[in-house]
Amino acid sequence: MASDTAAAGSAADLVAALPPSPAVWCSGLRKRYGRRVAVDDVSFSVARGEVLGLLGPNGAGKTSVIKMLLGLVRPDAGEVMLLGRPGKDPLARAGVGYLPELFRYQPWLTAAEVLALHVRLVRARVPASEQHDCLELVGLADRAADRVGAFSKGMQQRLGLAVALVARPELVVLDEPTSALDPIGRVDVRDLVLALKARGVTVLLNSHLIGEVERVCDRVVILDRGRVAASGSLDELLGQREVKLNLEGVDARAEARLRATGALTRAGDWFTVAVPTDDAGTRVPDLVRDLVALGVRVHAVEPGRISLEERLLGILRHRPEDTAS
Amino acid sequence: MTALTMAGLTLREASRRRVVWALVALTVTLLALSGWGFAKLAGLETSQGTLTSGEARLVASQLLNLVMFGLSLIAALGTAFLAGPALSGEIESGMALAVLARPVRRSAVLLGKWLGLVAFGCGYVALAGLAQFLVVRATVGYWPPEPVAGLALLAGQTVVLLTLALLLSSVVSTMASGIVAVGLFGATWVAGVVGGVGEALGNDGVARVGTVSRILLPTDGLWHGAMHAFQDPSALVQFGVERTGFPFLSDAPLTTVYLLWTVVWVAMVWGLTAVSFGRRDV
Repeated sequence: MASDTAAAGSAADLVAALPPSPAVWCSGLRKRYGRRVAVDDVSFSVARGEVLGLLGPNGAGKTSVIKMLLGLVRPDAGEVMLLGRPGKDPLARAGVGYLPELFRYQPWLTAAEVLALHVRLVRARVPASEQHDCLELVGLADRAADRVGAFSKGMQQRLGLAVALVARPELVVLDEPTSALDPIGRVDVRDLVLALKARGVTVLLNSHLIGEVERVCDRVVILDRGRVAASGSLDELLGQREVKLNLEGVDARAEARLRATGALTRAGDWFTVAVPTDDAGTRVPDLVRDLVALGVRVHAVEPGRISLEERLLGILRHRPEDTAS
Repeated sequence: MTALTMAGLTLREASRRRVVWALVALTVTLLALSGWGFAKLAGLETSQGTLTSGEARLVASQLLNLVMFGLSLIAALGTAFLAGPALSGEIESGMALAVLARPVRRSAVLLGKWLGLVAFGCGYVALAGLAQFLVVRATVGYWPPEPVAGLALLAGQTVVLLTLALLLSSVVSTMASGIVAVGLFGATWVAGVVGGVGEALGNDGVARVGTVSRILLPTDGLWHGAMHAFQDPSALVQFGVERTGFPFLSDAPLTTVYLLWTVVWVAMVWGLTAVSFGRRDV
């Protein structure tokens, strides 16, 4: 008995010494609806405190993946871990806040009652004042006592955000959180995600708005036809940056200096140089200094970066099946 | 804990939705109409002269069964249409998503909804039934022999029907589940009447229709038990052989075996619902 306790103790120590598990981990997720394969062998993970964007065209399987992570849809195959617990255990969702794509809340309850219901379902102790703060955060403080049935779609989505945030989540899953919001609402959501990130809360964001994803996400997973088409940090995905220079009086020595920085393309007086991503920020100023020293007249230096949108379109247009055919 | 929260939510929903007001309006109408009818009965003149108080009580006892059938129908309709949206409606609208993504077991959510509906249905049967008894007592002075047992069986009938409606609601759409549940309730009642006629005529084959339907869906069996508890014991003797298959008289109280079967039936259907709801993608 005593040795059992000691063994359990050492096992607990071992587990405690392990690095923190990812907030989300899934492996080999598959889902088929009738003949159509919605999700096919999707695996990815989201580290604690990370903001991950899920991108892809309509019908790529993004919402299905999210629903499988949250136990709302049964995967045909694959495993899920949330905050260190197996996805099949309801307690895995204790620290999760979720705003569904199809958001609808009990129309016969007031906004404050909806929040109180969710706090009770999580069995969290969140004082009423904090719940009210949550409504204030999404701009619904003055509608707390109104029935949800009278809310507009945008207000219901704001309420959904409050529901996702009310029980002090460690992981927030937002499925198209700005679909019903006006431009101001979208900016609010962006600020909200950045505030969560600053507090170390993990965010999984599914959004059509690529600009939104590019501004707030650390990493991106691109889904296409149910599969992971690409994934990585924004730097990895967007690859090298480039700089465009408008130069006059470029001789062979200056051209050699340009080539030493990165791949060079020329169109008249415009020179485009690829800058590797490992650049610590010194390559471009050094290049300009050396060019001036070589007698080149520098008219313009413009930083260029492939946008996430261009990259996404590039990935989706060059599908392996398409190139094979 | 989850179950209690969901039960409270279901009760709150029932109390805040229009279906409750429809239920109240129907019940008040039925009570008023029956009060008027029973009041007329007291001084009724027939071809054989004025009804004696004993005869009036006897007729009142039959009429009470008829009116209680109306009440049980209202309870059945009300709970079936409350249970219908409870699962499929919330899944279809997306309302279930945010709730089921919480750390809750689906069986606990189901249990909560079931308990809430049971509380609502039983509360309705108790209140409306008691009000009807008082109306009958005030008008013709009749009080049923076993009011509590009768109302309990009527409440049991409501529980059976709402459990069935929940099962249907976990597999088919909102409208379909309500309609099918009420349709089956009506079909079992008709089968019970047919079986009664069969018994009266001594035709075993026809009588079996009633028996089998009462086993498949215990609503009609419980209804017969409830009628037996409401009716004047002398009614059976009085009417004797003439009452061939009269649908508002019951020969015998329910057996313990049948009551146990009803409990097993409810547990079985509830279990099926839990499995079906647990596996459903939302």
